[in-house]
Amino acid sequence: MRMRIRYSKQGLMKFIGHLDMMRYFQKALRRAGIDVTYTEGMSPHMSMSYAFPLGVGMTSDSEYVDVDLNTPMPPEEMIGRLNESAPEGIHFIKAVQIGITKAEKGMNQVARADYTLSFREGYEWDTLWKEAFAAFLRREEILVIKKGKKTEKEVNIRPLIYQADVSGSEIHLGLAAGNENNIRPELLMEAFAREAGYSCTPFMFRINRDEVYGDTGNAQEHAFVPLIDLCL
Amino acid sequence: MEYKLALPEEVLLLVSKPERYLGNEVNAVKKDPTKVDIRFAMCFPDVYEIGMSHLGIQILYEMFNAREDTWCERVYSPWVDLDAVMREKKIPLFALESQDPVLEMDFLGITLQYELCYTNILQILDLSGIPLHAQERLYLRSVPVGDGRKTGAADACAKNGASGGTSIAEDEKEQGRELLVGEGAPIVVGGGPCAYNPEPIADFFDLFYIGEGETAYDQLLNLYKSCREKGTTRREFLRQAAAIPGIYCPMFYKAAYNDDGTLRSFTPDTEGVPKRVVKQVVTDMDRAPYITKPLVPFMQITQDRVVLEVQRGCIRGCRFCQAGMIYRPTRTKSLEVLKKQADCLLLESGQDEISLSSLSTSDYPELPGLVNYLIDEYGRTKNINISLPSLRIDAFSLDVMSKVQDVKKSSLTFAPEGGSQRMRDVINKGLTEEDILRGAADAFRGGWNKVKLYFMLGQPTETEEDRKAIAQLAEKIAETYYDTVPKEQRVGKCSISISTSFFVPKPFTPFQWAVMYEPGDYLGFAHTVNQEVKNSLNHKSIRYNWHEAYVTVLEGLLARGDRRVARTIEAAYADGSLFDAWTEHWDWERWVRAMDETGLEIDFYTKRQRGEEELFPWDFIDTGVSKKYLLEEWHRALRAEVTPNCHVRCNLCGAAKFRSGVCFNEEEGCLKTRAGSEEVYVYPREGCNPVPGIHIPEGGGAS
Repeated sequence: MRMRIRYSKQGLMKFIGHLDMMRYFQKALRRAGIDVTYTEGMSPHMSMSYAFPLGVGMTSDSEYVDVDLNTPMPPEEMIGRLNESAPEGIHFIKAVQIGITKAEKGMNQVARADYTLSFREGYEWDTLWKEAFAAFLRREEILVIKKGKKTEKEVNIRPLIYQADVSGSEIHLGLAAGNENNIRPELLMEAFAREAGYSCTPFMFRINRDEVYGDTGNAQEHAFVPLIDLCL
Repeated sequence: MEYKLALPEEVLLLVSKPERYLGNEVNAVKKDPTKVDIRFAMCFPDVYEIGMSHLGIQILYEMFNAREDTWCERVYSPWVDLDAVMREKKIPLFALESQDPVLEMDFLGITLQYELCYTNILQILDLSGIPLHAQERLYLRSVPVGDGRKTGAADACAKNGASGGTSIAEDEKEQGRELLVGEGAPIVVGGGPCAYNPEPIADFFDLFYIGEGETAYDQLLNLYKSCREKGTTRREFLRQAAAIPGIYCPMFYKAAYNDDGTLRSFTPDTEGVPKRVVKQVVTDMDRAPYITKPLVPFMQITQDRVVLEVQRGCIRGCRFCQAGMIYRPTRTKSLEVLKKQADCLLLESGQDEISLSSLSTSDYPELPGLVNYLIDEYGRTKNINISLPSLRIDAFSLDVMSKVQDVKKSSLTFAPEGGSQRMRDVINKGLTEEDILRGAADAFRGGWNKVKLYFMLGQPTETEEDRKAIAQLAEKIAETYYDTVPKEQRVGKCSISISTSFFVPKPFTPFQWAVMYEPGDYLGFAHTVNQEVKNSLNHKSIRYNWHEAYVTVLEGLLARGDRRVARTIEAAYADGSLFDAWTEHWDWERWVRAMDETGLEIDFYTKRQRGEEELFPWDFIDTGVSKKYLLEEWHRALRAEVTPNCHVRCNLCGAAKFRSGVCFNEEEGCLKTRAGSEEVYVYPREGCNPVPGIHIPEGGGAS
């Protein structure tokens, strides 16, 4: 049976990279005595997959990992056991059973992610930026150069911005995510800063990932649902 | 979410592997600093992933933290990128758990695992803002971060006690009063194998702990607390600490030298300070504290597994091996205790690999029972890897290894250390060519075709023939493969790799009297082996690599150095030396400059033939094994005579004075030593009757 686990990654855990988080998670499952299925072959490893790797430096309220269990365990018990040995900054929130088809894997479902950005102390822009940002978003076309491993192409990211609000000193963004059209929040902010003449360094924002969604709608109309609710 | 970091986030995102500096690992201990009396920073002076792989620190970490009044935290060397930032921004070095400055701690414990970390020790002190010299710390609370690099060689000479007593202390006496316990920098205490010759770094340490940490630290911490309550001076605390068994306080000892530069005398100059320091030994391994909450790092570390120590000490008595002498007597844990410890380690860590640790795991009497337990409980059902280093290759070990690893991928390791039988007899490596070839043949039949061979070059009495024999042995192993495995069963060639390191004589070994060579000589030795490999029939199956020669000579200097070497270490550090154990950072030229500037003649320490009567800088330490015994062994080595191991017979080395382990006869309830076939009882255990007519050997280590 396949379970989806949601956890938050906060505080100084933001410095722990994705590969180390995977290593952490495998050990956490063993400490919790959760009987996870192993792959066959000479060097068996745990059958688990992350929906959407988080970059170093970002915090998150919604990290998703799918694991296959050999022996079922009630979701509440799983979460309780995982939290017992969790370090400061990691909190397991919920586990649900999900389908086992390829399309139901978290990484194949991801369609949108919400972020909250705030300025680090000393990196704030002047007071006029909010208006400029609103004007920037009113345009029908926002062209940015997206760099792939080998390719560079110009993309219009405006249709991929589902939400962009400023409240107080915080910026709330809802952006396309996943395998096909992934927009990093920094990419949008850099595009704006370049155009509006603001300085922009990767370090200047604190970024939190608030939620990750799948899309149960169609090409005409999106219907975003948090990954944890895409359960059986 | 609230959290505290010593480093600005911008710095953490800039440097490589920020995980090194965060703490917060699973099972890391957090305490309320206002509710403890003693803050202890435990340091491994190398980078995090090396230091975190060390077993001893984890044992002590848990032992200290078991005390309610003590919070023990960890400190590692900042890597070169962060080192530069900390110097530039004057960020003081911090302990991982609390992120508080090391300077605020009560103790800074530094483990000394290899000589090449000595410049890293100075980095730790320097980045902490701790005055480098113990004498200065009596009067001076702190110094600016990174100032240790500013002192030139001349300063280093003036500040080190070696160059003429305690000038610095005299200077500062005039400037201010002596500091009280708890007022100034942490008490800097060293321990670990290199503490068995602490002299080259003696000026930098307040105390050394000689021996195994499990026994006397409580006494030291309790003394610290009571001295602080009473308001005694730092000096007075150190003086009282020096009276605790196993504690050595260098500032209370004076070294005098003969005209030829050798040591004339080494004596305490303060009342209540003992002439000799006796090493500390755990007598009951089953009851000694062990890890129950293993630290689980986020990043991949060098030895990323839990470690089960099965025994301490080694019965073998290889004459080059310091560990084999200083950890005597050999003491084992019982099978029942080991099973419980293994269960606990794996459960609490969630690690997927367990490694058995000891100097010679094959000599652990209950190894089959232990290995079968691990395979049945964990290997088969729970996908836990079982790692078995330092096993002798024989039928049993091959059987076990075929169960726990992929035969096709793994390689087998032999450590004959000497190429010829004569050489192996000189070093007392109880391994014959027949053993090696039989082991290899068994392994080839079992499906292995990769073999690694480890040797040392530059050992006493070694000749051209002995060096060539290294290549010849590899050739015989290759031939064994082609003779043993029929053509149709072979999967390609066999692969034999030879590695040679250059021998460094260490204190408290029979080879402590041995001479070393020039770097060029060492490279010549390696060249001989290389030529012989090239000339061998199966040279395509054999690969050869050798270690750096210059670094060997430096190790030789630091291993058998005296107090006068401290200024050279300081000058090398001031000139930029750091991470000398890392090939990419190590720079021989810096050390040459440091030796020139401080007037140190390296040949005196490395190439000089030491006299048999010579007083060594480390002779004030009593390891149990007597100097008389080491000298006998040195003579036997020169005659290429082997000495049987401790299971075969007792050779009266002196370690029986610790009344434990292999020296103890369980049935009789007495300690025993055996000379030849005749049983001789010595040192009756407290509470049991002395055996009449016994012979008690002279010295018992204290000669």
